[in-house]
Amino acid sequence: MPERYQIETESAPPRFRPVGRLGIVDWREDCAGCHNCVKRSCIYDLYRNENAYLQGTRGFLDYVYQCKGCLSCVQNCTKALLTRIVNPDYERLGDEYYTPAIILVTWFQAETGRIPVSGTGYGGPFAGRGFDAMWTDMSEIVRPTRDGIHGREYISTLVDIGRKPPFLRFNDGQVVGPAPALIQSPLPILLDCCVFQSGLSAKRASPRLRAAAVEVADRTGTWAVVPEEEIGEAFGPERHRVVPLLSEGDEGLNESLIRASRMVEVRDSARVFETIAKIKSLHRDVIVAIRVAVETGCADRVSELAKQGAEVVHVVFDPHGREQGEVSGFKFQVSGSDARHARTVLREIHGRLVEQAIRDEVTLIASGGIAVAEHMAKAIICGADLVAIDLPMIIALECRLCRGCERGQPCPVELQNIEHDYAVRRMTNLLAAWHLQLLEVMGAMGMREVRRLRGETGRAMFHDDLEREIFAPLFANPET
Amino acid sequence: MSLSVETIETTHRARPEIRPAPPRYRNEIGKFRVYRTAACQRCGLCVKLCPHGVHGPARGSKMPLPRDYRCIGFACRETDHYCIEACPNSALQLATNPAFETLGDCRWPADLLASTWWEAETGHMPGPHLESAIGASGGGFDRLRFRFLGNAVGGPDSPVGPSLGMSDRQVGHTERDKSVPPTDLSRDKISTQLILNRRNDGRSPTVIDVPFYGGGMSFGSVSIHTMLAKARAGAAWNTFTCTGEGGYPDPLIPYADHVITQVATGLFGVREETIQRTPIIEFKYAQGAKPGLGGHLLGDKVTPSVAAMREAVVGYPLFSPFPFHSVYSVEDHKKHLDWIAQVNPRALLSVKVSTPTDVDMVAVGSYYAGAHIIHLDGSYGGTGAAPDIAKKNIAMPIEYAIPRVHQFLVAEGIRDEITVIASGGLRTADDVAKAIALGADGAVIGTSEMVALGCVRCGNCESGRGCARGVATTDAGLVDLMPLEWATQRLVNMYNAWRERLVEILWRLGLRSVAELRGRTDLLLHLDYAVRNGVQSTEC
Repeated sequence: MPERYQIETESAPPRFRPVGRLGIVDWREDCAGCHNCVKRSCIYDLYRNENAYLQGTRGFLDYVYQCKGCLSCVQNCTKALLTRIVNPDYERLGDEYYTPAIILVTWFQAETGRIPVSGTGYGGPFAGRGFDAMWTDMSEIVRPTRDGIHGREYISTLVDIGRKPPFLRFNDGQVVGPAPALIQSPLPILLDCCVFQSGLSAKRASPRLRAAAVEVADRTGTWAVVPEEEIGEAFGPERHRVVPLLSEGDEGLNESLIRASRMVEVRDSARVFETIAKIKSLHRDVIVAIRVAVETGCADRVSELAKQGAEVVHVVFDPHGREQGEVSGFKFQVSGSDARHARTVLREIHGRLVEQAIRDEVTLIASGGIAVAEHMAKAIICGADLVAIDLPMIIALECRLCRGCERGQPCPVELQNIEHDYAVRRMTNLLAAWHLQLLEVMGAMGMREVRRLRGETGRAMFHDDLEREIFAPLFANPET
Repeated sequence: MSLSVETIETTHRARPEIRPAPPRYRNEIGKFRVYRTAACQRCGLCVKLCPHGVHGPARGSKMPLPRDYRCIGFACRETDHYCIEACPNSALQLATNPAFETLGDCRWPADLLASTWWEAETGHMPGPHLESAIGASGGGFDRLRFRFLGNAVGGPDSPVGPSLGMSDRQVGHTERDKSVPPTDLSRDKISTQLILNRRNDGRSPTVIDVPFYGGGMSFGSVSIHTMLAKARAGAAWNTFTCTGEGGYPDPLIPYADHVITQVATGLFGVREETIQRTPIIEFKYAQGAKPGLGGHLLGDKVTPSVAAMREAVVGYPLFSPFPFHSVYSVEDHKKHLDWIAQVNPRALLSVKVSTPTDVDMVAVGSYYAGAHIIHLDGSYGGTGAAPDIAKKNIAMPIEYAIPRVHQFLVAEGIRDEITVIASGGLRTADDVAKAIALGADGAVIGTSEMVALGCVRCGNCESGRGCARGVATTDAGLVDLMPLEWATQRLVNMYNAWRERLVEILWRLGLRSVAELRGRTDLLLHLDYAVRNGVQSTEC
C-alpha cells in the first residue's frame, strides 16, 4: 500500500477584514442601561472580541464576520434594541455562479484547511443548474472501503496524465517497447495559472501569485499550467512542476523550455499535430496536452484529436462552467444562457470517446467553473480524468470577485502585496480541504480510486433522470 | 395479509392537554415589529382591540413591550381592530421585522420557522399571515399540491398557486371555504393512526395515534432535556421517539414503551437490557445528514456524562464507522436482525437506511431479512452536524425515494407486509401528508422538533460549547436554557397542530384515514407538470 497522501495545512487567518454574512445592529439611543446586557452572555464571546478590536489589540476580528447568527442577544435584549441584518457587502460578493456562500466557504477552507461542516440539514434549493442538477450516490451495505475514510484502508486520489497504450505487447513474457510516458498527480487538480493574466491589480500581482501556485504544486505533488510568456527566471527548484502553455505559432519553439518540461500545453488549431510533432522532435518524452476552448461540437473535435493520437486534451469552459470558454487567454466572460454546462458537455465527450473505444488512451482535463470541491468530484463523474482550477486560487487569497481590477480600481485586498509564504499557505489549505472532501464523497460511494470514478455515472443521480423516471409517470399526465 | 386500522381494536385515549407554551426568549422573532412611541397615554384601547394578544395591559405606569411576533401585520388593516389606526395618539407604528428577513433558507424559509414556533406555542396552525405548508426550495414537496375536493385545476379555488398554503389554511375558518368539500365526513371520525407491524408474526401490531414519530438524536448530540421532552411527547401522543446511537439514558426508562432503541454502527451504549426494554429496535445503516459517512461526535461534546454513557474517554472525538463492520451482505443483514429478534422476542425491527439509487432493492432486502419497518432517510434532512458536501450532494431527495420504494414493494407483492417510514426533509404536516400520498405509511420528524424547541437553524450545532439555544448541547450551562416542562409542552402542541392539519387535509380529500391516503399520487399535483394558470414561481 502506498503511503497515505496527506496535505500539511497551517492556519492562515485573513489579512483584511473579511465580509461576513450576518450582523447585529442596535439602536443605542434607547438603551435602558439595565446592567443586564445580553452582549455579555454571547456564548461565542464575540462582543468581548469586538471590544478587544476597538482597543486595537486584536487584528480585525469583528462580529460582523464572526457572528454565528444564533439570535440569542437579539431575543434577550431587555428593550428589544438589537436586530440582525444580512450584510449588504456580503450580498455583493461574487456573482450568480460564484455565490457569496461559495466565496465565504472558500475563504474558510483557505484559512483552516478544514472541511466545511454545519448542522440541521441542507438549506439550499432542491436542485439547480449546472452541477446542482446532480447528486452523488452512496452505497448502503456492500462496499470496498470498509473502514470509511479514517480507517486502515486507503482511498487513492492519484491520477495518471498522458497517452496510454490500448494494450501491452509481450515477447517471452517481457513487455516490448518503452513504458508510456506518464506523469502523475496525487490529486486530480491542476492549477491553471492563466487566470492570473486577467485584470489589472491581479496582473500586477500575477508574478507573485504564479510563483505561489507553482510552489503549491510542488508541495502537493500536482502541476501548474503557466503561459510560456509568463515563465521567467523566478521559479526555483519547483520549476519542474510547471506545465508551460506554449505561445501561439510554432516558429520559435523554446527548445530549452520544452526540454526542461515533463508536460506542455498547446492551443488547439488546424495544424496542432504538426506543432506536436515539432515539440516531440525536440523532446520525445514530453507529454503534450491540447488546450481546447469548449464550443458547440466540442465532442466531435475531442474525439477527432483523440483518434489522431492526442495524449491529453484539456477542455476549457467559461468561468461559469459553460460552453464558449476562453478563446485566447483567460477572460472573465460568461456565455449566453443557452450555452450548455460542463455537466452535459463532459458526459457527451466522455460518451463519444467510449463509443470509439479510445477513452482509456487519452487523458481529459476539464477546467472553468470548478468552483467548489463537489464540482471536482462531479466533473470526474461526468467524464473528466481530472480538473484544473482557476478562480478558486484567487478567491482563496481573499479576492471578492469585485472585478474592480478590470476597471483599473485598486484591489481591496491588495493582492499585489501578498506575501509569498502566506499565499502558498492559503492555496495549500484550500487544496487540502478539497482533497478531504473528495475522500468524503468517494468514501460514501464506496470508491477506492479516483481513477475509477471517471465517467462512473452509475455512482451519480441526475435531476432530469429522476424526474423522468419517477415524477413524470406520476404527474405528467394528470387525468384532468 | 392486509391490516387496516379498523381491524385493530384501539382504545380511545384521552388526548394530551394543549396549553400555551410561550417563547422562552424575551423577544420572539415575528414577521412584524410594532413600535410604541412616547406619545402613548396608556389608554388601553389597543389592549382591548387586539384579539391576537400583541398588547398587554399596563403595568403600573408602563406599557409592556408589544408581543409583536403575534401580530398579523398589514392585513389587519382590513379588520376593525387595527390598532395602528385606532390609536387616538398615533403612538403605534407597524413595520416588517428586519431580523425576520434574515431568518431561514430555501428549505426552511422564515415563514416555516415562525409557523412552527407558533404551532409549538399554541397547539394550532397559525393564521394566514404565515406560510405554514411549503418552503421555497423550488422542487419536491415545495412543488407538490393536493387536489382537494371541490377544486378544479386552474379554477378560482385551485390548489395551484404559490399562496396555497395560506388560502388553504383558512379552510374551516372562512365563509368562502366552509362549503368546499362535498362530503358528509366528520372530522372527528378521521383516523390518523398508523400500524407499524404488518407481518402476521405474533409480535404486537403496535399502533401509534399520529402517523409520525421522533427521529433518533443521540445523547451527546442533544441534551437530556431534549431527549426527555421528545420521549414525553411521544408518550403523550402514543407514538415514539428514538434514542439515537448514544445509548439509553436512565431518565428515559419511565417512557420505555415509547422509546425506540437504536443500534448504530458504533454500537455506543448498546446493551442487552436496552434492547430488551424497547418495543422497537432500529438499525441505523445510514442517515440522511451524511449518507455513507457514519457518525462523528466531536471531542468537545464528549463530556463526562456522554463518555460514561458511551463507555468512551472524555474529550476524545467518537467516530461511528460506516457501514456495520458485521454486515457485508444481505445475509449478514439477516443474521443481524435474527440476533436482535432473539434478544427481544417482542420488539419490532426497523431498518433505517439512506436513499441511494438502488434504495428499492435495499428495502426489499430488508423485508426479506425480517424487518417490520423500513425507514428511508432522505438526503436533505438530518439534524446532526455533517460536512456540507455530504448534506448537499450524497444520495437522493426523499421525494424520489418514496415512490420508487413503494412501487417496487407493490410489484414484489409485499407492500402490505412492511411499513415504510419516510424522513429527511419533511418540515410540515403538509410534507408528511405528501410523503404518505407518494407511498410512505408514515414519517419520522427531527428538524421540526428542534425548531419547535427554539432552534433557529443557525447550523452551529458542532462548534464550541454546542448549541447556543440549549437544544443540541450537553454543556451544563447551556442545557439549562431550556426547561423540560416547557420543551415537552412545545412538542405536544406541535404534534397537535400537525394532527389537526392532517385531519383537515384528509377531510378536504374526502378520506377517512391516513391509511387511505397512502400511495394516492392521483390526489397530488406537481406544479412543474400542471397547468400553470396564474402560477408564480416559488423558487429560491
